[in-house]
Amino acid sequence: MSSYEEQLDTAEGVDYDAIADLLGDRVVRRETHLNAEGFVVRPDQVAESLTLLREEAGFDHLSMVTAQDYEDRYETIYHLTKYADRTHEVSVVVPTDPENPVSESAASVYKTANWHEREAYDLVGVEYDGHPDLRRILLPETWQGHPLSSDYDQDKPQIVQFDEHKNPLEDDHRGADSDTMFLNIGPHHPATHGVLHLKTVLDGEQVADVDPDIGYLHRCEEQMCQQGTYRHQIMPYPDRWDYASAGLLNEWAYARVAEDLNDIEVPEYAQIIRTMSAEFCRIAAHLLAVGTFALDIYGDFTAIFMYAMRDREKVQNILEDLTGQRMMFNYFRLGGVVWDLPEPREEWFENIRDFLDDLPGTLEEYHDLITTNEIFQTRVIGTGVLDPEDAKQFGTTGPVARASGIDYDIRRDDPYGYYDELDWNVVTEEGGDNYARFLVRMQEVEESAKIISQCVDLLEDWPEDERNIQSNVPRTLKPDPDTEVYRAVEGAKGELGIYIRSDGTDKPGRFKIRSPCFCNLSALNAMSKGEYVPDLVATLGSLDVILGEVDR
Amino acid sequence: MSNEPRDVIRGSTDAQTKTQEARMEGVDNRFNSKLREAFGSSPFILTKFDKFMNWVRGSSMFMLQFGIACCSIEMMHTYAVKHDLDRFGSGVPRASPRQADVMIVPGTIVTKFAPRMKRVYDQMPEPKFVVNMGSCAISGGPFQEGYNVIKGAEEVIPVDIHVPGCPPRPEALIYGVVKMQERIANGESSPVTVKPYELEQFSDLKQDELVDKLASQIDEDDLVMRYNWADSP
Repeated sequence: MSSYEEQLDTAEGVDYDAIADLLGDRVVRRETHLNAEGFVVRPDQVAESLTLLREEAGFDHLSMVTAQDYEDRYETIYHLTKYADRTHEVSVVVPTDPENPVSESAASVYKTANWHEREAYDLVGVEYDGHPDLRRILLPETWQGHPLSSDYDQDKPQIVQFDEHKNPLEDDHRGADSDTMFLNIGPHHPATHGVLHLKTVLDGEQVADVDPDIGYLHRCEEQMCQQGTYRHQIMPYPDRWDYASAGLLNEWAYARVAEDLNDIEVPEYAQIIRTMSAEFCRIAAHLLAVGTFALDIYGDFTAIFMYAMRDREKVQNILEDLTGQRMMFNYFRLGGVVWDLPEPREEWFENIRDFLDDLPGTLEEYHDLITTNEIFQTRVIGTGVLDPEDAKQFGTTGPVARASGIDYDIRRDDPYGYYDELDWNVVTEEGGDNYARFLVRMQEVEESAKIISQCVDLLEDWPEDERNIQSNVPRTLKPDPDTEVYRAVEGAKGELGIYIRSDGTDKPGRFKIRSPCFCNLSALNAMSKGEYVPDLVATLGSLDVILGEVDR
Repeated sequence: MSNEPRDVIRGSTDAQTKTQEARMEGVDNRFNSKLREAFGSSPFILTKFDKFMNWVRGSSMFMLQFGIACCSIEMMHTYAVKHDLDRFGSGVPRASPRQADVMIVPGTIVTKFAPRMKRVYDQMPEPKFVVNMGSCAISGGPFQEGYNVIKGAEEVIPVDIHVPGCPPRPEALIYGVVKMQERIANGESSPVTVKPYELEQFSDLKQDELVDKLASQIDEDDLVMRYNWADSP
């Protein structure tokens, strides 16, 4: 920790005046966002300012890049925070000219900015000077216009190219004397977990380069949320971001940011229900990751996959009793949850207890079958290594970061819900390889079970007349215009954040989603270069990306 | 040995009865069915070859392992324990379209994916069938108003069965698949109601502003798909 950094950290959090001093005359103006101060810098001093903040002030995590257009300017916001302390946040705001929206790229400072800025260019139309590879990322190359900018006309026809997949057997040597082969993996391929397209260049059987081509499931989630009203119309969409039954974790991301924006308190009883149900979702999501991982690694369709599905069914049954849905719960409401626990409560608690009692035995079974399996170990130990420095550079979070030894979990570092009242641990592993990521997920299932069990204890003893599931929330929410807030929760895959700018109406002016899978996937190239093709598949499996969340 | 049938066989029903008994006795009762009884007395049935082929086709379907979005998670549950689609003779997911009979479309189709899906569909051998799973594949569902979302898979490929839901429960998908098998076995087919978007050569497109603009980017032999949003249902 540099001396500057110590000086900047005060007991209350970040000393913003010291940061203003640090940035000096690069700062044009200061803004106040609900989560942090925003420093407006000139478009040609972005990299310098961010380097200072990273090197001197310790802001080593570029959480998200938001781009948006106002009537008189385009604006890019870099949301910075620290892996060591999530509550320290600062925003760097870069306004650009509406006629010629160009600002300096941050890709030289944070590697994760590469993809984020490509997305901003694709959807909003801001261009980044000095970006290594500025092209569209979610939409097809031939798309006309930038759909989230205000002058976009949705009814105009579009032409999309069908690049016929190159024949890998043909001579396709990139470069005159290199001996590489080009190989397409996906977008329809059993190992890509959905519709991901990997443009791979092979040298022999080793991966020389891999370029994930995403956007095959870009279904305009941000536009949908910008068209919905805060109170009810947005909540169903988060369920569909990370759809591996992690719905409630995603709903919480929206609930948290909207509650902060509108200053809504959530009753304690509802917080406990939220905490418990969200952890069930985490278990279901991790079990799916484990089941499909085994399927990827050694084609285990019969044992592990089926076991994982069997246990997911149990979790889904419990959640269905609670929410009435197996996957798309739509259970959270701003200010609480939609209804109380199912009656008869005792029977439902009994079901949960049965599940929790069986869980150690079940996990033992998994460990017997996979963890100690020689074939499995040969495939995953030492492959797909992500070292901590790279993990931070690519903005990875969740189990992926924790498996690289980064002790970062928003449930603990920036507490919400009921997590800080409960006794549980953040799981980390040092290896950074595929095995470590698998182990982290397995242990997190145990930790989630611990949390659930404590929540059940609390709920069982909760006095009947204090079961307050919702606070009073006005029917129409209209936050003050130009209030800006960025909040994140710990989703199943990592830091799931949302940025909202209100425009005085009952719908958000800008709604930007920070997807953990998007950032985790951007590290794939660094992780699999020089490895064999099967290791690439294993790495992709252990990253556990959900394409609905990558593409949004 | 003479070619003449022996007397004991000619003119007596003894042999027939014996065959029947031999086939019915000593086996587990579970296997005795009307069909077995009928086969036992005369081991032949007469039917039209077409009808027989339809019945065979409907009784053994190979599904394309085709995951798109949320619905594919429920589709996996349909294949897995508890729901086990294989009970109905349609639970073998094939990774290659060239080995598949049925494509379940489990999710939202977006502009970038539609040409790929069309190609995967084209790669499946005839006869082929499509089950639309969930609202997105039917109409775009909750994302219908999105700038990038195709308003239903039927704009791209012909569809036999629509299973509504968001996502449909595994039971619903099973019902849909079994319903389709029934239709196949009965030799019924579904009409295509929407004129689908086709993959066309770029040079075949009608000249307009957009085509002129893209002419420098796209080779004229390249296949493209043109989306006319204004005509979308």
